[in-house]
Amino acid sequence: MNLFDFIAGHYDYWFIIILLAIGLYGMTVKKNLVKKLIGMTIFQAAVILFYISSAIKADATVPIIMENLSVDNPANYINPLPHALMLTAIVVGVATVGVAFTLLILIYKNYKTLDENELLELMK
Amino acid sequence: MIEKNLPAIIPLLFLFASLIIPLLGVWKKNLAYPIAALTALTSAILSLYGFVFVILTGPINYYFGGWIPPVGIEYVYDHLSSFVVLVINFVALFVIAYSYQPVEKELPGKQTAYYSVVMLLLTGFNGMIITGDLFNLYVFIEISSLASYALIGVGDKKAPFAAFKYLIIGTIGASFYLLGIGYLYFMSGTLNMNDLYNILPHMNDSPTIIVALILIVVGLGIKMAIFPMHGWLPDSYTHAPSSSSALIAPIGTKVGAYAMIRLLYFVFGLNYFSQELAVSDLIAIFSSAGIIFGSILAIAQKEMKRMLAYSSVAQIGYIGLGIGLANPFGFIGAVLHLLNHAFMKATLFMVAGSIITKEGHSDIFKFDDTYRKKYPWTMAAFTVAALSMVGLPPLAGFFSKWYLALGTIENSSWLFLAVILISSLLNAVYFFRILEKVYMKSPDASEVKEEVKRNEIQFSMLMPILVLAIGLIVLGILNFIIVEHIYKMMPEGMFSL
Repeated sequence: MNLFDFIAGHYDYWFIIILLAIGLYGMTVKKNLVKKLIGMTIFQAAVILFYISSAIKADATVPIIMENLSVDNPANYINPLPHALMLTAIVVGVATVGVAFTLLILIYKNYKTLDENELLELMK
Repeated sequence: MIEKNLPAIIPLLFLFASLIIPLLGVWKKNLAYPIAALTALTSAILSLYGFVFVILTGPINYYFGGWIPPVGIEYVYDHLSSFVVLVINFVALFVIAYSYQPVEKELPGKQTAYYSVVMLLLTGFNGMIITGDLFNLYVFIEISSLASYALIGVGDKKAPFAAFKYLIIGTIGASFYLLGIGYLYFMSGTLNMNDLYNILPHMNDSPTIIVALILIVVGLGIKMAIFPMHGWLPDSYTHAPSSSSALIAPIGTKVGAYAMIRLLYFVFGLNYFSQELAVSDLIAIFSSAGIIFGSILAIAQKEMKRMLAYSSVAQIGYIGLGIGLANPFGFIGAVLHLLNHAFMKATLFMVAGSIITKEGHSDIFKFDDTYRKKYPWTMAAFTVAALSMVGLPPLAGFFSKWYLALGTIENSSWLFLAVILISSLLNAVYFFRILEKVYMKSPDASEVKEEVKRNEIQFSMLMPILVLAIGLIVLGILNFIIVEHIYKMMPEGMFSL
């Protein structure tokens, strides 16, 4: 397998790595707290995409029993478990974002700003 | 019948209470505290019963919905998890009993919501300890984390920002953990811890497993606040309401440490993370750096809660060091310190909370010898806990340090031994500073002073503090029984290495 095939064959993983990097960048470098939160959401979405894309099998279909496809051969159906796990992870992510926005509203009420530098200045 | 279902009953009891408190809160506001205290008492009794049951008849495995693992989700109630559940639930019981007055004073009118979230927090912690499934562990990590963000965020004016920082860092940690178990799942096809323990030795040399191990160690390390991933801890504990920090500080990081022990010793296996990879050495080195760093920064603090928070960073380092030593003495030291530090930190944070409730501040430089006359019993409990932190025999804190020191000697790692000894001295510096102010008369204070009246904190706050302080003496004297029991918790083949 040459290098081009390696890169092209794993294109979904490269995409996920880029998303992970964007998420981490947003969380650590951005000074606005809402942008930090957006970075966190991107990071979580990348992990979710990682599970989903790893569950794919070539020439397989959705895991619902079909009459013309044998159930004995698991290669006919893609793996449904990662999807089920990620439904839970999405719910967790929604809850996290909800709590985060509540905290942001509280911060804004207390200090009238969401910029990290200004907040640190005000807290001295 | 009840013992077969015990592993599921304890987390579900807390979950049920967290739902019932807001429902009944609509009808009567002052029901929240009694229900929370009653739930904590019930689960403490249940976990004591389960602990004795496990000692007498052996581990309990509970299968959700009757599905046999690795297909179904398994809850494991073995020697290690029953012990940690017992510790967590007893400390939580005392802190909840204590919290009535502080919550009424700091969060008036919000008792219903507060106790509902506290119950959710304990659901998460108990679930994290009992579960035998990797993804289930992730869900419980997030339940407990979300609850603790809320409990920290309701503190003083700076608390929401501290909680937001914790939320961002905590979510990174949980996502790393999720990524790590993803790697494990796609390599092995299972999420059950026992099943993985049997499968992993066959794929030890795969780089995927190494990456998974590193991601999981980093993820849980953030939850456990190992140096240098402790950044969220000091601010969160300082600005949280005193009842929240008294609840989260002794329990929260300990549960993270337990998850680390469970994953490293009972999923990856001792041989893998200590012999084939040097991960255990890395954990030990970072932990010892954290011990020194936390102790020095604790000396530099002026505020008592912040000092205790930095001291927590140092004390977590002891547990991390015990995990990283990867020998029987290190394991005993880590598990024993998990118990001892939960008791010590709960006592210290409750004393700090009491002083804030009474005096309105906890500035160390404003402490003077009138405190001894005003709060004789509180200060006595503080002294016991502080001496135990320093490590004076026969108090509990001495014995965990003793076993950790034995572990470093067995590994011939003299640097770590030096770290333990030096940090004991540093502990002495920052605790004796307060003891000196409280028990010695300041030389430049005016001779004639008005008579100070005794002004002890309310009985409902004093009682839990005193019980935990006496518990420290009892744990110290009875430690040989506990240590004998810890031998049963060790993974198989620990001594043969």
